[in-house]
Amino acid sequence: MLNRMWQAGVAAAVIAAAASGATAQTQGTIKIGVLHSLSGTMAISETTLKDTILMMVDDINKKGGLLGKKVEAVVVDPASNWPLFAEKARDLLSKEKVAAVFGCWTSVSRKSVLPVFEELNGLLYYPVQYEGEESSRNVFYTGAAPNQQAIPAVEYLMGEEGGAAKRWVLEGTDYVYPRTTNKILEAFLKSKGVAADDIKINYTPFGYSDWQTEVAAIKSFASGGKKTAVVSTINGDANVPFYKELANAGIKAAEIPVVAFSVGEEELAGIDTKNLVGHLAAWNYFESVKNPTNDAFIKEWHDFIKNPKRVTNDPMEAHYIGFKMWTQAVRQAGTTDVDAVRQAMYGQKVKAPSGFIAVMNTNHHLSKPVMIGEIRPDGQFDVVWQTKEAIKADAWSPYLLEDKGKIADWTYPWVCGNCTEAKYKD
Amino acid sequence: MGPVVTVRLLRWVGIVLLLLASSVSARADDFATLVGDLASDSFADKERAVTALGVLDDPRAVSVLQALSEGRLLKTTDGRVVISKIAGGTTRVRDAVTGEDIAGADPDRFDRVIVNNRLRGAIEGALAALTLFSIDRDARLVAARDALRHPSAGEAALLEKAIAVEQDPEIRAAVQLSLSAARLVSGSRQERLTAIRALGTTTDPQIKNLLDEFRAAPDTDPELKKAADAALTSIGNRLRLVSIAANLFQGISLGSVLLLAAIGLAITFGVMGVINMAHGEMIMLGAYTAYVCQQSFRALLPADWIDAYLSVAVPVAFFVAGGIGVALERSVIRFLYGRPLETLLATWGVSLILQQAVRSIFGSPNKEVSNPSWMTGGFDPIGGFTITWNRLYIILFCFIVLSVLALILSRTSFGLHMRAVTQNRPMASVMGIRTARIDALTFGLGSGIAGMAGVALSQVGNVSPNLGTIYIVDSFLVVVFGGVGNLLGTLVGALSLGIVNKFLEPVAGAILGKIVVLVAIILFIQRRPRGLFALKGRTAEAEA
Amino acid sequence: MPALPGGQQKGAWSPRFWASFLACGVALAVAVPAFNHWVPPDSPAALPDYLVPLLGKYLCYALLALSLDLIWGYAGILSLGHGAFFALGGYCMGMYLMRQVGTRGVYGNPLLPDFMVFLNWKELPWFWWGFDHFAYAATMVVLVPGLLALVFGWLAFRSRVTGVYLSIITQAMTYALMLAFFRNDMGFGGNNGMTDYKDILGWDVHQSSTRLGLYIASVLALGLGYLCCRFITASKLGRVLLALRDAESRVRFLGYSVTDAKLFVFTVSAVLAGIAGALYVPQVGIINPSEFSPGNSIEIAIWVSVGGRGTLVGAIVGAVIVNSAKTWLTGAAPETWLFVLGTLFILTTLVFPRGVVGLLRRPSRIRTRAAARVPAGERA
Repeated sequence: MLNRMWQAGVAAAVIAAAASGATAQTQGTIKIGVLHSLSGTMAISETTLKDTILMMVDDINKKGGLLGKKVEAVVVDPASNWPLFAEKARDLLSKEKVAAVFGCWTSVSRKSVLPVFEELNGLLYYPVQYEGEESSRNVFYTGAAPNQQAIPAVEYLMGEEGGAAKRWVLEGTDYVYPRTTNKILEAFLKSKGVAADDIKINYTPFGYSDWQTEVAAIKSFASGGKKTAVVSTINGDANVPFYKELANAGIKAAEIPVVAFSVGEEELAGIDTKNLVGHLAAWNYFESVKNPTNDAFIKEWHDFIKNPKRVTNDPMEAHYIGFKMWTQAVRQAGTTDVDAVRQAMYGQKVKAPSGFIAVMNTNHHLSKPVMIGEIRPDGQFDVVWQTKEAIKADAWSPYLLEDKGKIADWTYPWVCGNCTEAKYKD
Repeated sequence: MGPVVTVRLLRWVGIVLLLLASSVSARADDFATLVGDLASDSFADKERAVTALGVLDDPRAVSVLQALSEGRLLKTTDGRVVISKIAGGTTRVRDAVTGEDIAGADPDRFDRVIVNNRLRGAIEGALAALTLFSIDRDARLVAARDALRHPSAGEAALLEKAIAVEQDPEIRAAVQLSLSAARLVSGSRQERLTAIRALGTTTDPQIKNLLDEFRAAPDTDPELKKAADAALTSIGNRLRLVSIAANLFQGISLGSVLLLAAIGLAITFGVMGVINMAHGEMIMLGAYTAYVCQQSFRALLPADWIDAYLSVAVPVAFFVAGGIGVALERSVIRFLYGRPLETLLATWGVSLILQQAVRSIFGSPNKEVSNPSWMTGGFDPIGGFTITWNRLYIILFCFIVLSVLALILSRTSFGLHMRAVTQNRPMASVMGIRTARIDALTFGLGSGIAGMAGVALSQVGNVSPNLGTIYIVDSFLVVVFGGVGNLLGTLVGALSLGIVNKFLEPVAGAILGKIVVLVAIILFIQRRPRGLFALKGRTAEAEA
Repeated sequence: MPALPGGQQKGAWSPRFWASFLACGVALAVAVPAFNHWVPPDSPAALPDYLVPLLGKYLCYALLALSLDLIWGYAGILSLGHGAFFALGGYCMGMYLMRQVGTRGVYGNPLLPDFMVFLNWKELPWFWWGFDHFAYAATMVVLVPGLLALVFGWLAFRSRVTGVYLSIITQAMTYALMLAFFRNDMGFGGNNGMTDYKDILGWDVHQSSTRLGLYIASVLALGLGYLCCRFITASKLGRVLLALRDAESRVRFLGYSVTDAKLFVFTVSAVLAGIAGALYVPQVGIINPSEFSPGNSIEIAIWVSVGGRGTLVGAIVGAVIVNSAKTWLTGAAPETWLFVLGTLFILTTLVFPRGVVGLLRRPSRIRTRAAARVPAGERA
């Protein structure tokens, strides 16, 4: 009998514990949620973003808070587990009643929480470059869309300055971001007259660690007599062994440049870059950019994290922009109410560490500059090319057939993220 | 430093006279203008300046171009171009044009002249033509080989001059090959025919492409075409053999990585029967030990000692991981003997704690562990097939570890006691063996080997708190496939998995290849439910 | 022939059992919905909406743990790939839910799910046929994991693969499936899996009433699963299983068909796991290949251990304790929760080797204890 009573007791205790948490509401603070994996495979990248938001919160509280209240960050650990992301998102919105959530890295984590945010009308600020093909009313995408990263990078490599590449290897991890990017790039390259024989697409699994065969294949593909470039959408963990193999196999940037979309300063900090000099990355921000906003940003980061060797990177800058925009929108709206803040977000401008003014567009994506950097021996990037002005992100790609005519615009008369005709007509 | 520079300068003067006796002598003001142009904001201007410097035949150009490619060319606030050089721990700055030292200048305050890949290519081209005559043997060899990539009439002339003065047989051969390639594109009919025959004896995909293009050209002479066909067939045959050799090497390399990851587990799991889920974390601890050793070397010892950090890291990792293994055995695992499946639970808990501990101490992002210079890069034993040093050394290291372990098990009294305890604990105890001590040491040995494996794996992969989880599944598969409790089985299992995987990969792709291997293992276990090398008799039953 | 599940043990179906079983059932199936649905939301006694799918998720995990306990606790088969059956059940349900999305997907294709449009597929692959019918999908939820278990088990048990060998090849199975499902070319959505469901049987999955329905379905599934496991373990077959867990060769020598008995429970267990997965997916809203990861399967074994291996209730308790601890700690101590969980696992093995339930139970059941004393050589 005892065990059954005990079983009932456990269930009751769980319910009670959770319910009591829900009633403990703090007065006089504005809560925001931080939904980044602090353990599991994605902790490598996401922990830094959690710290970035904590730094921003610290900063705003030092300056007197928001609407006269203190901002409080509610940090949870979704542990690189996608269903747990959805569960934690629900928890943050329903139980903690946060005003906005800053979080997610992988596409699948975003896809997992998206229905929750739409159902409970929350606000998510998503700071990572991604595949596009989405514009949700409840998400602000502060990372790059493909047209702000992939296409300019390939254009650069096709041009004289980038080495006039004629033959392309599209090397990626098998998931939706590389698949989309490569699909767009393939269409783009073909539109520029590149023959199908001159494009090699290859996918490897997550965390792939033995790159011998692939690197040898790249080398032999590149010996075809035409200038060859590699476009890498290899994700996270797999990059370190990839670059180690690349460096030791003697693939020099001047012969076969590799441009990566998922490798920034943080990733390079884990790799010896002496033999990788000249390989490229495309982002909207590099730490080596010189301007007062960036200097202040880097200094603030070093002071906060108490380690002058920690680097900054593009997703951190995206969070910086996102958080600033959210605070500005809250001030403008005079409330943290999601609908009011969303309206106030459109057209919001922030002086970004990239040295440009980032603007939130009505498709929930940013206008940001595109920069191409070459790896330096010290693990930083030299910006070798950048756009003259900020580029507006396309939620839907003009190079994809299925996106034809799609518009994302959350203002009158469209008010929709995925339409071919306006919602309201006069 | 001084005499070398003088010799180099004298040599330079000689070359300049030899090559371009007819050209006008270099004018100092040209040089100054071009160096000034290097600091321009436009890459196009910089490239023009580089190309011009390459043909200016001013000996000072070499050091300027080298500084530019190495990121040591700086622009001062007042527009002067200077070269910084780290010598003896201090940074010296000197004017790029006049060469005079600038005392008390802080190079950090100057802007670096930025290069891009195109410019880097131009610099290499400019330097390569000149380094064909360098006094540095390696530089000449590289230049001679590089020349193969851009065959042209101009290059043929340059290479002819080079081969006339070259003494070193290896470099002569390289120059000769590049010369053949250059003559193929620019020579007379007879020269071309000779060149095709010479090129046909090589094994290099680049030359194959060159010949392919030559053959495909519409105006090729039929006889030359026939010769090219013969050459292509012969190259193609050899390239097929090379690709088999390359697959074999890659397979052995993958196998040795699997083997290294699994040897420790072959002891803790195979011999002791502990389902040791914390095995991967022991590998991770080894990798972090390598990181800490490297950082200590960088911080405490002279810069040229850094190449030796691995020789310290390997033993330290053995003792760190081994020590943690002993502590783990004494505090947790010794209570669980005879309950193998419960060790799964406890060691899983240990692995969670170790992962989080490392994350708390070192932070989540990857740590950088660099190859020492002797493990950097690779060599081509034959065209189109690169053997990288780090993988070669890991194969060697792996076999050394395995041999030493086999010796310990078969030739030392500790090994004897260990086997006795695992085969029949009560009897061993009766014979006066201190079983508890042997247990602790055995577990420590297995963990220590995992630690050493971690040092080796840090040379090919990432160093992060998740490192262990990458290897744990494969390690268990290798041990089980080879037959639990059998070192030879682990060896054969790891190598065959590695080789099969690498031969499948080009055909089926990385993911499908791996799936095929996994399914094959599952089916194989049906045929031999105790692995490749099953133990026989009563002990075999006990191992389950 | 396996010993047929007849000859139930005395006391297994006593009125006392039924009373406590029904009490728990009512508490879970009636009280929770009542507090959620009829108590006004601002009352302190109200059960907030977000807890309902959370509790539903725990119950699915509990059913999964129960299925593993049936084979590990009673037949000594430690499957380290049980997550595979769970995930396959989940995928079958996910495919049904994706087909229900219809034209409401991003690309508005009436036939193809978004990820197929995206990969430029022109028609639905054959293995997706029929998944627009719930009955077909529900059959597949049972059939797919069941058949896989039948084939896999037949191969393994026939050739007497036991102990860690079996554990490791089950792990290899789930690992291979994970890699396969990660491939976008497989037609199951790759890493992103399937998400953003709209309807189940015509009801909107985002409605709290649908959630309550799914929750109640989970309670029923768990209750029925429990009765099924209890029926098996209390039968003559159950005793054969226990015997072969403790000394397989002796049972074989006594003339029992070990292979058939094992195959039967292994398949039943896989089906239960599949059903758990099918109920899990609409409640958490996503199915993705990481459900196949070997780590997830190891965790299932840990729930069972924490609760108490070889006690059906223990599996349920273990799953609920570990998962609610995880929910609580990832919010309350996001930076240190792995320390707490790891310590919990170590302490459980050292201090309560028979799990939470074993700790609470009177030491009357000697047989599990006796099992620990059988010399290692006789244990599978």
